[in-house]
Amino acid sequence: MAILYAFLVIAGIGALLGLGLSIADHKLAVEKDEKLVALEQIMPGANCGGCGYAGCADYAAAVAIGKALPGLCSPGGQALADKMGEIMGIEVKAGEKQVAFIFCKGDCGNTKKVYEYKGLKDCNAASILFRGDNGCKYGCLHLGSCMAVCDSGAIYRMDNGSLAVDPAKCIGCGKCTKVCPNGVIKLIEDRAKFIVACNSRDKGADVRKNCEVGCIGCKICQIKFPEAGFKVEDNLAVASFTAPEEEAAKAMEACPRKAIIRR
Amino acid sequence: MKIIAILLTYIFINNFILVKFLGLCPFIGVSKNSESAIGMGLAVTFVTGTASVVCWCVYHGLLETLGLEYLKTIAFILVIAALVQLVEMVLKKMSPSLYKALGIFLPLITTNCAVLGIAIINIDESFNLLESFAAGVAAGIGFTMAIILMSNIRERLELRPVRRYVKGVPIAFISAGIMALAFMAFDNSLLTNLHLA
Repeated sequence: MAILYAFLVIAGIGALLGLGLSIADHKLAVEKDEKLVALEQIMPGANCGGCGYAGCADYAAAVAIGKALPGLCSPGGQALADKMGEIMGIEVKAGEKQVAFIFCKGDCGNTKKVYEYKGLKDCNAASILFRGDNGCKYGCLHLGSCMAVCDSGAIYRMDNGSLAVDPAKCIGCGKCTKVCPNGVIKLIEDRAKFIVACNSRDKGADVRKNCEVGCIGCKICQIKFPEAGFKVEDNLAVASFTAPEEEAAKAMEACPRKAIIRR
Repeated sequence: MKIIAILLTYIFINNFILVKFLGLCPFIGVSKNSESAIGMGLAVTFVTGTASVVCWCVYHGLLETLGLEYLKTIAFILVIAALVQLVEMVLKKMSPSLYKALGIFLPLITTNCAVLGIAIINIDESFNLLESFAAGVAAGIGFTMAIILMSNIRERLELRPVRRYVKGVPIAFISAGIMALAFMAFDNSLLTNLHLA
């Protein structure tokens, strides 16, 4: 009998409080903006933070009150931007699809090591020790911290031990660019064809000492192929991504270090 | 007279945070700025006050008459959880910014041992309804006072050069320890001197 009373009392209290709460919920309901609800529904829900807001809901709220523009969402792309514009009643153009790219060709064979690193498998940990075990202090450390933060699994390890980004999987959130201690991963436009795959700002002689495939800032691409759009700044050639492809291809052939690559 | 004694006891002598060490989670979690600290304090005060009254009624009106005193913990938790939900709804309606600032700590009042603590203390001390209410409000005021003091200290600490190994939460706990030492000055002699005991 006692157990029945106990059951009834607790169940009764629970039911009573539940009823009270549901009434209160009705009375105190907060009206949500229809636009906001609609925006939240079409968001990809990756919560990658690539738009610069804390998550999809946060970005949707900012768009709904007009604080942010639609089209900042990299995973959603133009399709999502169109839908968001429709809801908000404005025309929008999405930013160009961006993907991460590792600006380093150096693998264990190409790059000289200055010591043997046996610590944590984490680039930022390795970076504390003389900025990593590479002779080149700008290159990829190959420990895969970027792989660990990538939510979409776009970064993979190639057979030779170096890392690469799969542009089809990459959503362009930019998390890997923030975690990399050397800043060797950067976001580029997805349509870019020719890239100088090097991040070293060392002088040519130092690059030669440390790496077989690094850009030495010789300016051959810039001077001999002015149409190709390469520009050397701070001992490092940078591609412009908009130059005509034939010219850029010629410059790629002419690069003595084979640092320019075609994607 | 007894009401004043109860108020003094639970605000100073048995301050829930600094003497009884109950409810430390929001005390550290929400004391980074004084605005949200005040909001948290008021929310806790509301919950402790109403929870004291409702739990007293549930215990003496229902559990005691049916001889089910052993169910008090679970019954009180139910009451407290519902009250916290109510506070959450009210805050969401009245002050969305405060609702956002309190974040996860608002639903966590449900499991705040200070709230369950005061409800059980009321029963153990066999307070009557009015005394229970006074004790509940006093516990809330004590919590509010402690968290406001703490938030002001932490706001100042932000601007001070603090060693890296104690920066943030560690130095907050050390400060809380020193505050607790200061509160040791209040004991039952306070009530005796005021002719309340």
